[in-house]
Amino acid sequence: MTPATPKPETITRKQSIIQPEPDTGKPLVFNTKGLNLYYGKTHALKDIHLPIAENEVTAIIGPSGCGKSTYLKALNRMVEMVESVKITGEVLYRDSNIFDRSFKVEELRTRVGMVFQKPNPFPKTIFDNVAYGPRIHGIRDKKTLKQIVEKSLRGAAIWDEVKDRLDENAYSLSGGQQQRICIARCLAIEPDVILMDEPTSALDPKSTMKVEELVQDLKEKYSIVIVTHNMQQAARISDKTAFFLNGEVVEYDATDTIFSNPSDKRTEDYISGRFG
Amino acid sequence: MEYIDIDRVKKRMDKRLFINKMVKGIFFASAMFGLVVLAILLYRVIADSIGWISMDFLTGLLSTSAERAGIRGAIIGTLWLMAIVGPVTMILGVGTAIYLEEYAKKGKIHSIIQTNIANLAGVPSIVFGILGLTIFVRLFGLGASVIAGGLTMSLLVLPIVVVAAQEAIRSVPSHLREASYGMGATKWQTIKNVILPASIAGILTGVILALSRAIGETAPLVVIGIPALLIPVPTNVTDNFTALPMQIYYWTLDAVLVAEYANLAAATIVVLLIVLFILNSAAILIRNKFSKRY
Repeated sequence: MTPATPKPETITRKQSIIQPEPDTGKPLVFNTKGLNLYYGKTHALKDIHLPIAENEVTAIIGPSGCGKSTYLKALNRMVEMVESVKITGEVLYRDSNIFDRSFKVEELRTRVGMVFQKPNPFPKTIFDNVAYGPRIHGIRDKKTLKQIVEKSLRGAAIWDEVKDRLDENAYSLSGGQQQRICIARCLAIEPDVILMDEPTSALDPKSTMKVEELVQDLKEKYSIVIVTHNMQQAARISDKTAFFLNGEVVEYDATDTIFSNPSDKRTEDYISGRFG
Repeated sequence: MEYIDIDRVKKRMDKRLFINKMVKGIFFASAMFGLVVLAILLYRVIADSIGWISMDFLTGLLSTSAERAGIRGAIIGTLWLMAIVGPVTMILGVGTAIYLEEYAKKGKIHSIIQTNIANLAGVPSIVFGILGLTIFVRLFGLGASVIAGGLTMSLLVLPIVVVAAQEAIRSVPSHLREASYGMGATKWQTIKNVILPASIAGILTGVILALSRAIGETAPLVVIGIPALLIPVPTNVTDNFTALPMQIYYWTLDAVLVAEYANLAAATIVVLLIVLFILNSAAILIRNKFSKRY
């Protein structure tokens, strides 16, 4: 998608609360600067400024339709699959703008993996699911593939459950297992960042707990952005939280601060369950 | 104040039930009409062909003497025709469908192509015959050959394959596409590894249905000048050929001259119907076997 004509007149909000640079001193994987996104005439994201730090879990919370999934999908440009979409502003991934013409979207998605809301394994064997990414990136050697598959399945904490049934169809697994297969499939491309779009909303509490524990382990090696409807989940697993409302970032801060001492009234109302 | 007067409802009840029964009868009769006509047709054809279908008839060469005539040439001609129509429609039809569904932007050009394909499906087969005659037979100088007949027939059934393949591709859930694109796969990699494997059943069903349409079409073959009376059996794509429906056409026409030709035509129709039946069963089997849930 080529950047659309800028509409500076629509950008009138002050960025009072958001500090573009975080104070943790950790390097940034993503830095969003003045991102505007339109679905046709609907202004879905309004002047977003948001840093995403390395090896942290950044949670994005907000009510339905606030633009949190749209923002997540903008980070790996999946949002461009909607044809009417128009984007202005910048998203820097490791200092290069992902919307630049020279930035190949396939390359971006190799560095930025995604786990979706509904477990979406391919109707293939467990092995072929996890080996899918490495194969499309040109790895043909059986031994290498086997090693990647094992490493990824271990990384997604599901190796012990499936190691004897790698040749079975991924659909024979339970929903929670399928989601961890999808996480393994994402790990297999050895991404830098993992985007998770409400990864536990289709799962039962036990599977949810497993995925949450997994997220905690994964942040040692990966940077994670997770969209969630579940505020307790955000509070449990994230380091930073951004609160989205009507396509804007209302507040972004350390998760502890957001949940104990939010500076915006609307954030407080939302996290205390008064709306949303 | 009550709007529903129970006495009046009771009075009208019998009439309502009678109308309901009558309407049901009309619909049942409509449903039976086609079936009965088909049954009569099948009965007549099979009755006429009894005693005429034999190994000699299937493997014998054409002859003017009814007792010695066989349809080997027409069967092999039909197979040759299928050998052209199958791959050509598969490649062109699936290619078109993939382009329209996966690559083309949904805009004006897309809807123009889409409308054209829908219209093409409604063009009478004889018009395709004229097209084939103009382009393949005359312009390309292919004559009444297997390749000319095959290409003409391919054009005729192409819309069937395109529409079936489009539907099959569209029915692949978008979350599978997203999973593939999300890992950095290109469009072609996604199509090859995810979309085609998931839609192959629907595509094959469409191709087989198209083949069964092509196998029975006569008009385009008549127009491009496929001979009905042809003794040599085709051995390659540039040979002249004849096909089962042409044979039926010829024998039916000449039944006024030689009464037995009517039996030969009936016997050939039975053979053609059996081939069609096999093809359609294969389509159903494939659809059932490969249909997956996601």
